Amino acid sequence: MYMPINPLVKLSKHWNTPDALEKLGTRDGFGKGLVEAAKKHADIVGLTADLGESTRMHLFAEAFPNRFIQVGVAEQNLVTVASGLAAGGKIPFASGFGAFTPGRNWEQIRTTICYNNQPVQVVGTHTGITVGEDGATHQVLEDIGLMRMLPNMRVIVPADAEQARKATLAMAKNPKPTYLRLGREKFPTFTTKSTPFEIGKADVYYRGSDVTIIAAGPQVYDALMVAVALKGTVAVEVINMHTIKPFDLETVLKSVKKTGAVVTVEDHQIAGGLGGAVAEQLALHLPAPMEFIGVHDAFGESGTAKELLEHFHITQKDIIKAIHCVLARKK
Amino acid sequence: MKPTFPIEDTKDLALMANTIRQDLLKAIHAAGSGHPGGSLGMADIFTILYFHALQHDPKKPLWTKRDRLVLSNGHICPVLYATMAHAGYLSIDEVMTLRKMGSRVQGHPHREEIAGLETSSGPLGSGLSQAAGMAIAAKMDDAGHTVFALTSDGEHQEGNTWEGVMLAGKYQLDNLVQIMDRNYIQIDGNTEDVMPLDPVREKYEAFGWWVTEVDAHNYKQVMNAIDQAKNVKHKPALIVAYTVPGKGVSYMEDQYGWHGKAPSDAELEQALAELQDIRAQIESGTYEY
Ligand SMILES: Cc1ncc(C[n+]2csc(CCOP(=O)(O)OP(=O)(O)O)c2C)c(N)n1
Ligand SMILES: [Mg+2]
Repeated sequence: MYMPINPLVKLSKHWNTPDALEKLGTRDGFGKGLVEAAKKHADIVGLTADLGESTRMHLFAEAFPNRFIQVGVAEQNLVTVASGLAAGGKIPFASGFGAFTPGRNWEQIRTTICYNNQPVQVVGTHTGITVGEDGATHQVLEDIGLMRMLPNMRVIVPADAEQARKATLAMAKNPKPTYLRLGREKFPTFTTKSTPFEIGKADVYYRGSDVTIIAAGPQVYDALMVAVALKGTVAVEVINMHTIKPFDLETVLKSVKKTGAVVTVEDHQIAGGLGGAVAEQLALHLPAPMEFIGVHDAFGESGTAKELLEHFHITQKDIIKAIHCVLARKK
Repeated sequence: MKPTFPIEDTKDLALMANTIRQDLLKAIHAAGSGHPGGSLGMADIFTILYFHALQHDPKKPLWTKRDRLVLSNGHICPVLYATMAHAGYLSIDEVMTLRKMGSRVQGHPHREEIAGLETSSGPLGSGLSQAAGMAIAAKMDDAGHTVFALTSDGEHQEGNTWEGVMLAGKYQLDNLVQIMDRNYIQIDGNTEDVMPLDPVREKYEAFGWWVTEVDAHNYKQVMNAIDQAKNVKHKPALIVAYTVPGKGVSYMEDQYGWHGKAPSDAELEQALAELQDIRAQIESGTYEY
């Protein structure tokens, strides 16, 4: 029997039951993945800026104390030392809070990592408004934009902890300048060890012909839940756009040719983020009505992750509303 | 009881600091997250500043002649909010909404929320340069006020801090007084393990600063140091404040693990009981401050 869920992506058999899924932050998958990768690749070194446990770099530091460098609260030092390590043949993973890495050290990343084309793996945790109570200063909503504008940079936003683990392994295996965007808040882990993951290859998780939801990060799960909720009324296609750059144009075009309408979903500013990236490509190749879920030119604020997602209209309800809007605009 | 400034009696100041410590802990507990270590360590200094040393008027928070207080290490804002509340800038009830949705009492200070906050902070290392800019502006206008920059030891690992240090030395900003929370802790451990900073005095003197060091919990020492620092000519001044992080709560004192987490119900109860004990000792004259 044909099922809209794509069997090739081998999601958890409980993918449809949020309560049955383990909840983890994507940073947890990174911490695990880095230790795994480091066992295989002796050149991997780890650095952090006074955020060992916070970024889950402490797992690597405990396993490989001689390959770990603590730079203190010094994000510019963090990425420039990493660039030097890469020049010396190492594969550095440099972690910090997204607001400061890559928020504070953007130019150093631009010149010493991207322009030099050094294989530094920049890891930003605590991204998006789901950082919650710490408030606007710590809720980075611009990092995807900052990073995807840089030539040579790859930008990866895993949908769950398992995908973050796989992304870390993939980065280590084929090291080039990369930004890995991670979160602290716990969300359902719905992909599995067998779920395919390839940098630069977006995956269709749910198949439909009326509208395409393109999501990145934990919002992919919301998109799936929406697809299920609308089953029988609207045939929703869900793309997990875990790699924002390089942009998988082929997968997006194939879907939008079929559906002719797009909703993007992300915990980031619309301008410069996933929504912007998709709009740039569609404007050029296949203009289609689009709606954007994300933060519209605003700073965040203190609150729980749930309250903030509601406040900024990044919930399943908001995705459904956007779908109805975009369908109404479809010719 | 509304305070009248400045308070001269160190006992009254110590009692106020004790109240502020209790309130900031209640606020962090209610929020379920926040930074008690540095907040408790700096409570005496904040009390001395807002109730004794600063030239300010909570009823006119934007008074142009006010001394400017720039909190660079914004994560210790619970002590700033609680102190400002007791000084009359906002209500204590509002402080208890710390970190909650819709509150003006944001997890890290937002300048536009509360009149009297000179800047937004949280991202470390950028307060000293802003204070230096304010000090230069004051000099350009021949304004007589002092700019106080409150910084932490951890944020001295940021290059931005040292860029400010150099500039303040170059421009001989004698209307700038920095007070460094030298508590020897940060998130990942003790500062000298994470990234050694000592000797602070020698480093600053080499950059053209006037430096003094104080026991941050000794009121007379701190009050004298501020007086002296304000009167230094042709140099910016640094007061290295040796604080005990978590001061007043036995299980938090000197523990970097208490840099940034909220006490549980039981932990709060114990903390408040210990602070009440200290309060009784202050009253009876058996506590050193
Ligand atoms: C630019 C920047 N990088 C990282 C952080 C995360 N952070 C918050 S507090 C802190 C430790 C700073 O040490 P210190 O100010 O001495 O902390 P305390 O004494 O209050 O424990 C860090 C790394 C930040 N707020 N800003
Ligand atoms: Mg400190």
